[in-house]
Amino acid sequence: MEMQQFYYDNKIVKKFIYATLLWGIVGFSVGLLLAFMFLFPNITDGISWLSFGRLRPLHTNAVIFAFVGNAIYAGVYYSLQRLLKNRMASDLLSSINFWGWQLIIVAAAITLPLGYTTSKEYAELEWPIDIAIAVVWVVFGINMIWTILKRRQRHLYVAIWFYLATFVTVAVLHIFNSLELPVSGLKSYSVYAGVQDALVQWWYGHNAVAFFLTTPFLGLMYYFIPKAANRPVYSYRLSIIHFWSLIFIYIWAGPHHLLYSALPNWAQNLGVVFSIMLIAPSWGGMINGLLTLRGSWDKVRQDPVLKFMVVAITGYGMATFEGPMLSLKNVNAIAHFTDWIIAHVHVGALAWNGFMTFGMIYWLVPKLFKTKLYSRALANFHFWIGTLGIIIYTLPMYVAGFVQAFMWKQFNPDGTLTYANFLETVQEILPMYWLRAIGGSLYIIGAIVMVYVIVQTIRQGEKVTDDLAEAAPLTKVSKYRTKGETWHTWLERKPVKLTLYATIAILIGGVVQIVPTLMVESNIPYIEAVKPYSPLELEGRDIYISNGCVSCHSQMIRPFRSEVERYGEYSKAGEFVYDHPFLWGSKRTGPDLHRVGGKYNDSWHFNHMYDPQSTSPGSIMPAYQWIIKNKLDKSQTEKKMRAMITLGVPYTEEDVKNAQKSMDEQGMKIQENLYEDPDFASNYDASKKYAKVNDIPFVEMKDREIVALIAYLQRLGVDIKVNNVKDKLSKK
Amino acid sequence: MGVIYVLLAVSVSVAIVFFIAFIISVKKGQYDDTYTPSVRMLFDDELVTKNTNKE
Repeated sequence: MEMQQFYYDNKIVKKFIYATLLWGIVGFSVGLLLAFMFLFPNITDGISWLSFGRLRPLHTNAVIFAFVGNAIYAGVYYSLQRLLKNRMASDLLSSINFWGWQLIIVAAAITLPLGYTTSKEYAELEWPIDIAIAVVWVVFGINMIWTILKRRQRHLYVAIWFYLATFVTVAVLHIFNSLELPVSGLKSYSVYAGVQDALVQWWYGHNAVAFFLTTPFLGLMYYFIPKAANRPVYSYRLSIIHFWSLIFIYIWAGPHHLLYSALPNWAQNLGVVFSIMLIAPSWGGMINGLLTLRGSWDKVRQDPVLKFMVVAITGYGMATFEGPMLSLKNVNAIAHFTDWIIAHVHVGALAWNGFMTFGMIYWLVPKLFKTKLYSRALANFHFWIGTLGIIIYTLPMYVAGFVQAFMWKQFNPDGTLTYANFLETVQEILPMYWLRAIGGSLYIIGAIVMVYVIVQTIRQGEKVTDDLAEAAPLTKVSKYRTKGETWHTWLERKPVKLTLYATIAILIGGVVQIVPTLMVESNIPYIEAVKPYSPLELEGRDIYISNGCVSCHSQMIRPFRSEVERYGEYSKAGEFVYDHPFLWGSKRTGPDLHRVGGKYNDSWHFNHMYDPQSTSPGSIMPAYQWIIKNKLDKSQTEKKMRAMITLGVPYTEEDVKNAQKSMDEQGMKIQENLYEDPDFASNYDASKKYAKVNDIPFVEMKDREIVALIAYLQRLGVDIKVNNVKDKLSKK
Repeated sequence: MGVIYVLLAVSVSVAIVFFIAFIISVKKGQYDDTYTPSVRMLFDDELVTKNTNKE
């Protein structure tokens, strides 16, 4: 048969590797800064765009979508071409994929610190960026599928199946979770409310981990480990079983993020069952990866590439054992909202994703640049300091999680909470936060060493050129084989048409299901006493969202005696029906806020935002002074309320008309309350006078962001004070 | 809780898509040979023009 010659596109792989390194360092550094903020809360004093709540989503997004995302593209673009014996179908699409993705990252890096966020974890980016993500992702998918169609190797190696599953599922997840109603250019509200929003969010959140951090990396594992060890995978048969069982089970496990929440019990249990089942495929894959190295452990001892990969797979095994354990309700009752989860995700991110990426880059770069690694010793140093970093990071976080959870739940013999002051439980784990910061520093030092090694390797190497390769074309399926085929066998031979029809089928199904859900009110459990937020509270809620309060404060009191004792009546599904988006949170660095309304007076909140340590000695909350200084933007309020009406919140036309007046009145009331504090009164009068003397425009307190935020905080959870509910029940 | 039906529908649809893909791939003989592919991927088909300093 005639051989065809063609070139593999190496330049696109090179670009993605550069991007991976750059964003990796950025993402890690932001994480380290956050780690230090636990120890020195006011380290970025007064700079709103460097505050914890704004940087936390930047860290997660940079690591997941920028660092890991670019690593996925680099690995896929390298391996796919070689497995299919074909250049990527379109250089233009490859380029759009690359530059589009980098543009999205830059947009994220600008908007998140400025406070433009939807507040939904790992989906914080606002709607225009969401659309861009969908477009670039589809470009990637088209490029990949097109390349598959033009392949010269009929058999699709298992890695490609993992890539395909990644593309299809992430696309579906992203689109359904990002359904939001735009209010302005960079502000939108989730179409789902409360419990529903939580369920969709964690269906997405869990599967983002599954199909963005796991399946593509398993594909990379099945390609790069055999390549680096120069041995076939332990069992190809197992890899096939691994793939199919994993993708069928993974998508059902999302509700395990909402155990003991207001989500209906049966949905919680469904999530638990599938989470436990996940151990089997996950460990099947882990074992398959590790056993690939059987008989070549001598190579592992010398080769940094294999070392990184072994620790990566081990991390995967640990995280995927721990995941199902955390889904058990009794374990989750302890671990949820604590630093245990932080430890869990960092085993996954630092070891599995990080080390797999490092190993892959150490293997790829010398190959692409046709040279040897600049320094094996330095790569080994990176390996050891990185591994040490992971251990020093995660172990203390496990301890912190345990300690704090048990302190939260500790009762005195007389039935009162032993550590009634939340801050005691925070102070107790500060040493663990120190260790975490040290571990993280070690990990970053390793990454910086890697950048140096890679730069030196590139400098000594040759210029990257596209590799010339040779392979026989794919033979046509003969007429004889297709004789007498029916329409379905024909369809089966046409993967693109099939995918297209199937997608249309999904979309029709989706639309049919989703439209009634949004329109029919009876789907949501209503509580009569729960009313929509006032205009000022609605604005305050947006301040809460844009400053990322949800990063550290939950709004979900679980039905445990310890939590009811500490925070108040447990949270009910019906209380969140007007919450677009939901703000349950996933971490309690600070206390739960669902029943904070009425707990403290307005002055307390004011002073607490100005200087948290003044009201709460030992607190690790940073000051939010810009909220006190900033003027509240009330120009969008009516638009926001109209958007809420569209989403089913029962504001009347009159409510919208009176929005400004209502905000003025409620703001004035809070201002008066604040004025009762003599310290506030004297300071406020002084600054008013100062402004007048110097002819500076002065914003009245009632028109500032803080007043809206206080209005919102004072509203939280008050609609069903337990007494009201009891009254109602007794009347019935 | 109506949204759970949306999620179920979407998840089942995705599962069905994968199931169809699975059936097709089996029928087309993707899994007839469960050994050769694992070895085949180890061979590079680049026509190396320059010396690589491979160890």
